[in-house]
Amino acid sequence: MATENDGGLEFHPLDQFIVKPLFSDGPVHWYTVTNVTLWLAIALVAITALFVFGSRGRAIVPSRTQSIGEVLYGFTYKMVEDVAGKDAVKFFPYIFTLFMFILFSNYLGLLPMSFATTSHIAVTAVLALAVFFTVTILGFVKNGTGFLKLFWVSSAPLALRPILAIIELISYFVRPVSHSIRLGGNIMAGHAVMKVFAGFAAIAAISPVAVLSITAIYGLEMLVAGVQAYVFTILTVVYLRDALHPAH
Amino acid sequence: MEGDIAQLGQFIGAGLAGIGSGAAAIGVGHVAGNFLAGALRNPSAAGGQTATLFIGIAFAEALGIFSFLIALLLMFAV
Amino acid sequence: MASGTETTADGAGMPQLDFATFPNQIFWLAVTLVAIYFVLSRIALPRIAGVMSERQGTITNDIAAAEELKLKAREAEEAYNQALAEARAEAQKIAAETKAEIQGELAKAQEKADAEIAAKAAESEKAIAEIRAGAVESVKAVAKDTTKEILSAMGSKADAKAVTAAVNARMKG
Repeated sequence: MATENDGGLEFHPLDQFIVKPLFSDGPVHWYTVTNVTLWLAIALVAITALFVFGSRGRAIVPSRTQSIGEVLYGFTYKMVEDVAGKDAVKFFPYIFTLFMFILFSNYLGLLPMSFATTSHIAVTAVLALAVFFTVTILGFVKNGTGFLKLFWVSSAPLALRPILAIIELISYFVRPVSHSIRLGGNIMAGHAVMKVFAGFAAIAAISPVAVLSITAIYGLEMLVAGVQAYVFTILTVVYLRDALHPAH
Repeated sequence: MEGDIAQLGQFIGAGLAGIGSGAAAIGVGHVAGNFLAGALRNPSAAGGQTATLFIGIAFAEALGIFSFLIALLLMFAV
Repeated sequence: MASGTETTADGAGMPQLDFATFPNQIFWLAVTLVAIYFVLSRIALPRIAGVMSERQGTITNDIAAAEELKLKAREAEEAYNQALAEARAEAQKIAAETKAEIQGELAKAQEKADAEIAAKAAESEKAIAEIRAGAVESVKAVAKDTTKEILSAMGSKADAKAVTAAVNARMKG
């Protein structure tokens, strides 16, 4: 709840995350066009602009936009190949889609007055659960019951293995939770902290400090936005490796 | 400002949960510092381990984010 | 708890936990993800992969061509060196042959010259001997003649035989 104290300071750090209909004041139905829709669409447009219009020249010597796209492509491709192996390359488009969506959403969310779609648990949970179910189903399809070897640590002493299996099982099911909350929480925390400092800026005496702090935290958030997108992606790739090669 | 005893507990709890962020900061510093120490000893092996570094940082930081989330829940959702 | 009851009201509470907005977010997220996936996998990724492999191909070709040219240059250098060595050996051989030939000719010429000189010397000796003999005869004839003349001048008939014998005896003496 927004806190009010005697000095008239008002903090509404979470108001920026409210989902509002764009064109009416009515309730939010599943089909309503909201600010979420708007910023998801902007992410789509930005990705299309970078990868489709940026590379339309198909130049051997790339233009600036094209080389940004190529760097991202090469970076992700190498990551998938190095971490999950050659046979994971056919999942590269899915992973690249996830990575680009999160990366663009994070950075678009940092624009002033924008809406950070990845700060919502609903969004990140869908992403994480999609990864979780894909990886689990893929593991069983590829390896059959051999996928359960993932939980049976054959390098441990026999007596310890059942206990380890339980721990591994729990950690396996906690994966989507930590996977989604890490991303959503990081983005939400950064944005909320910036709003809190913006609230302090209302007091004339400390407003310079507050503005400087916002600048510093904005810089940190630029870093966090990229790192969290990277971390989400590389964890996805690591889970994918577990599904393809479950034996420890 | 007149609140009830429950609100008092809520705010105290949120403040205590905030300590977790500091603990996560220690953890992240530990990961990065140890990585740097290892990387300076064997710089040629450091390049291949940056992914591991980020995963480690992410795990350490996620727990701090959890505590921050608890604080937020106490402040705004309970 | 006061704030708890206000959660669904005007933005109080965490918007992230406002479950009324979840279907909306999930629906639009799914739409966006599918759209991004199709844009990337149908248009962008094949294009970028094509461009990158084409570039790789160009680079590989250029490097191969450069390698080939380098090899050719090395071959040419080797051929040049070999030709140089051959030419030098040939020159040495020719020089040695010429020297031997000249030596031989020189020796032959010298021999011939020696023989000629010897022949000439023998001839000259003979000529000198002839001349010497000729001279003795002439002196005899002159002495005979002179003696005859002196004798006739004195008035006595010179006896040719006696004169000749006397001159001969004198010449010997």
